[in-house]
Amino acid sequence: MVTLLYFAGLRESLGCSREQVALGPVPTSTVASLVESLRARDDRWNAAFSPGKQWRVAVNQQMADPATPLKPGDEVAFFPPVTGG
Amino acid sequence: MARVRVQPEDFDVGRELEALTRHRTDVGGLASFVGLVRDSNDGYAVKGMTLEHYPGMTERALEDICVQASARWDLIDMVVIHRVGPLVPGDRIVMVGVASGHRGDAFAACEFIMDYLKTRAPFWKKESTPSGERWVEARASDEVAERRWGDAADGPV
Repeated sequence: MVTLLYFAGLRESLGCSREQVALGPVPTSTVASLVESLRARDDRWNAAFSPGKQWRVAVNQQMADPATPLKPGDEVAFFPPVTGG
Repeated sequence: MARVRVQPEDFDVGRELEALTRHRTDVGGLASFVGLVRDSNDGYAVKGMTLEHYPGMTERALEDICVQASARWDLIDMVVIHRVGPLVPGDRIVMVGVASGHRGDAFAACEFIMDYLKTRAPFWKKESTPSGERWVEARASDEVAERRWGDAADGPV
């Protein structure tokens, strides 16, 4: 299992702030393969992660990218580009 | 060395800056930046805003930015404070203070920390405007400001 977190506008459009999901085959699981499985859920999830949408990802609280590998127990956070300061 | 705080409460800029030099005689330059909530954005009136963040990662990201600043310049001490929660125009949002032996390092590190914070620290602003609430969109100019420092892997500039 991995813990997924969603923040800001992405959290609102998905109606979800936190969930746990099963990970695919570990040696090949990446952020990209996880996103692919999320997009397959329904139209809303598909739209939120469509290629035209700006989203960022952090794995275990470090900025990551689609190629970042995942393992059980990871904390994966999805969010829009940041706007602090 | 660096002190990083994420908090709903306001902060006392004078006291924070004083703390950077207390009991020291080696600081020759103390640079600071304070960010405030503006009453307009992109032509809209802003009545207030709420700052959301990613607890845990936020502090780590700010500490990492301070570590990178320390690797690039000769710094004595730093403080970064960022508020979260509801804020109104005129409120302080963020402050960065940098103490160094000389002004050049202090000025540069202060600007670097703010530029990196803008693009790497997980904060999000939701503005309250006369036509309703809206999430602030990231600005391309912030990415440009970050890139002028070169990538962290490049080492000191």
